[in-house]
Amino acid sequence: MSRQDDHIAPLSRRRFLQVLAGTAGALVVGIRLADAADLPVPPAMLGDTLYGIGAYVRIDADGNIIIGARDPDTGTGTATALPRIIADELDADWTRVSVVPLGLGVEDDNGKPRWIYGHQTGGMGDSIPAAWADLRGAGALARWLLLQAAARRLGVPADRLRCDEGNVIAPDGRRLGYGALAEAAAKIAPPASPVPLKTPDRYTLIGQPAADVDARAIVTGQAAYALDNYAGDALIAVLSHCPWVDGGVESLDTTDTMAVKGVVKVVQLKPEAGVPLGQTLRAPAVAVLAENTWAALQGRAKLKLQWKSGTQNENSAWFEQQASDLVNDKNAAPTTRVRNDGDVDVAGRKVARRIEATYVQPWLAHATPEPMNCLARVDKDGATLVVPTQAPQQAWQVVRRLTGLAPAQIDIKVPRVGGGYGRRLDHDYVAEAVMLAKQVDKPVKLMWTRDEDMAQDYYRSACVHKFSATLDGKRQIVTWNQRMASASALAQRGVPDNRLWTSEVDGHQLPAGLVPNLRSDWYQLPSVMPRGPARGMPHLSNAFAVESFVDEIAQSLKEDPLVTRLRLIGEPRQIPLGNDRVLDTGRLANVLKLVADRIEWKNWLRTVNGLGIACWYVDGAYVAHAIETSLQGERLNIERVVCAVDVGRVINPAGLEGQVAGATLDALSTALNLSVTYKDSQVQQHSWKDYPLASMAQLPDTTDVIIVPGQGDPAGASFLGMPTAAPALANAVFRVSAVRVRRLPLLKEMLRML
Amino acid sequence: MAQVQDQILTPRLTGTIVPEKVREGVDLEINGRSYRHTGDDQMPLLWYLRDVLHLTGTKYSGEHGEGGYDLVLVDGKLAAAGGLPMLQLAGKSVTTVEGLAAPDGKLHPLQQAFIDENAIGCGYCTPGWLMASLDLLNRHSQPSDNEIDQLPNLCRCGCQTRVRRAIKRVANGARA
Repeated sequence: MSRQDDHIAPLSRRRFLQVLAGTAGALVVGIRLADAADLPVPPAMLGDTLYGIGAYVRIDADGNIIIGARDPDTGTGTATALPRIIADELDADWTRVSVVPLGLGVEDDNGKPRWIYGHQTGGMGDSIPAAWADLRGAGALARWLLLQAAARRLGVPADRLRCDEGNVIAPDGRRLGYGALAEAAAKIAPPASPVPLKTPDRYTLIGQPAADVDARAIVTGQAAYALDNYAGDALIAVLSHCPWVDGGVESLDTTDTMAVKGVVKVVQLKPEAGVPLGQTLRAPAVAVLAENTWAALQGRAKLKLQWKSGTQNENSAWFEQQASDLVNDKNAAPTTRVRNDGDVDVAGRKVARRIEATYVQPWLAHATPEPMNCLARVDKDGATLVVPTQAPQQAWQVVRRLTGLAPAQIDIKVPRVGGGYGRRLDHDYVAEAVMLAKQVDKPVKLMWTRDEDMAQDYYRSACVHKFSATLDGKRQIVTWNQRMASASALAQRGVPDNRLWTSEVDGHQLPAGLVPNLRSDWYQLPSVMPRGPARGMPHLSNAFAVESFVDEIAQSLKEDPLVTRLRLIGEPRQIPLGNDRVLDTGRLANVLKLVADRIEWKNWLRTVNGLGIACWYVDGAYVAHAIETSLQGERLNIERVVCAVDVGRVINPAGLEGQVAGATLDALSTALNLSVTYKDSQVQQHSWKDYPLASMAQLPDTTDVIIVPGQGDPAGASFLGMPTAAPALANAVFRVSAVRVRRLPLLKEMLRML
Repeated sequence: MAQVQDQILTPRLTGTIVPEKVREGVDLEINGRSYRHTGDDQMPLLWYLRDVLHLTGTKYSGEHGEGGYDLVLVDGKLAAAGGLPMLQLAGKSVTTVEGLAAPDGKLHPLQQAFIDENAIGCGYCTPGWLMASLDLLNRHSQPSDNEIDQLPNLCRCGCQTRVRRAIKRVANGARA
């Protein structure tokens, strides 16, 4: 490969596509930033080994195509969807495409990192929107180059050629495979302006269902998650963390531990002072390093370790009480007035009806199936890590801080991840692995055991919502006042105080835009318990509270709650909510009607089973659930679940169906059973038994997903199926049991009130 | 691994008959191949599979086999590898998820059904679901919904309804 063969083409204002000739006649198209000082070849982009490839698209001379997936796939399907976006623009034969996870793309920009792949975050609902914006160009440019090469070869103008499943086809029927054109295509200069993208009528892969690209590897046990990597005879490290974040080691005797065959070393670790939450250790820890996991586990069990307790003495019950007191204290000034439409105080004075309710939701853990782990090798001239992360760029920051290595000396590989749910946006476990790897001359594989994983999380804060709504004589909601109290997930993370609310409540959430006088206040509560981003937040907690309360309004009006919602939503129209958010009431009403029809809502009044419904708006996507429940004595059965989603254009309907069905079950499982509690600032959950994800028997037998076809730019869907599941369930439980569940977890509260 | 010696038993090819030394260690069969474990006989099968053999399809997700992430078949019976000391496996035959497909790579119908029904979230719990589902189908070729309800596995990604479809697909295929 010679550097003179490199070309660049503008892709967007900030980034350029780069075309390179690969080894053995391959065409390689990557993306790089426009402000690159020089044009270094991304190191492994042209390598012959699959896992070293660093480009988005590589077309080999034999016609095989390798497409890189840049965002970590935590089970959200990006490893399938993102490459299919590229492959469609390329008119690739999908059966000839292999997908490789790219790992972190970083270059050295005078000592600063330059992220060569752009967006590299998974599980936040923005992977597909980001890919839609820039990855189509990679496929389109590759196709354009292949067409130019074919035009020269065939003596036919490029605009008279067409591409189909890996071939360029001439009007006279002659065809050339992409593989045969790759070498010539790599020598053609790309155009100065971006090449046109396909029109939607020519999509062949987008909109068609596809199996997960990793499915075969997963069902055969060959898929290697980070924890499945055994590089360089790594020492295994298991940890015991202090139950108090501000505690420490009172006494430590390692004699018995060191006597365990295979144990190599015991190391004490401490959080670094002044480093934001999630970037260093969460709490002090003692690590046992051994030649295998069993020896490390035995060694940890034999530690004679006494922890010194922390200075704070907080209980989760106390926290919830504080939150309830705060939202019920009319004189308490909010930390942030999140939204204030119209004038709630004035408009609420003369009204026909006033309704109030308070909802309490518990602390939650992430409970990733694959526990926190990290494989790290740190030398003086480089670090190599295998990290199960949702955000490799943030993991890089941690490695960089702890090693002082140059940007490109840090290699972070990200295999498929065993669940993220927001936990892996934090990298405390990466800090631990790097600290340990610096102390031994071997790679270190850190593995958290389940008890540590459960009790050492960055939790979702408990929260309390208090609503007060007034209605006029025509049963219209005139004022809506929401007061919410919680401990922000963004505190102690360098986020300004006036932005702490953004993890807790969405300023555009329903019923914003639908009620003339609407106020949303948020109250920050301090807590010693570390918090962090959690799947579906802030929508998860707010949709439960809001959509339960809408049902209570319907109940007060003695009205069918579907009718109440459709009246509230009104005629199809576009309502600007500020910050470029627009609520399309037609799309919202549509998902609601679709689930209602499917679950036969017309039986709502008559059926002995309970029917419940809820709808929500998430950043340009729309979702509704309808749920049917029955009660046998004290046993709650979820008989049917229907979910409708409108995300605009659908990339992979099979992936979307799975994601929505899965998020539905995750939300039901969470609402039914789950809560984290703590006493004396110590978390009381230590195992799957203490934090019981729903069993198969508790969950519905089927999940019926309705996908609304759309033409607009695709919205993300990684958690879209979550927010409305719990309120639809609670609303169905009310119909079947007359118990209004205002406190989660639902089963415990329902049984208490039955 | 310093204290763990393993070898695949191979037939002796010598012409003369020499009395063998007493064998140290635990002889067992995994996915049709013979192994001998000479390390700590209290080591759970899970860590033998993973750390020693690098058969990593059997997953760790918690102690005491909770959640079904570490399920294997031992002499055809479902067992949690995390709770099984190697000592107890002498002379036993273990099947892990790696042993489900045919030697030529042809998938077991259950594996194919998991792919066809997209019964996969992050995939970390999938091997455990496969082993538990296989055990169920071995015991009941046409399992009822109530029998499927008894599967011990946990999944946070919410693959349960799709796993149910996959099991029924195999059961229906067997009936057809």
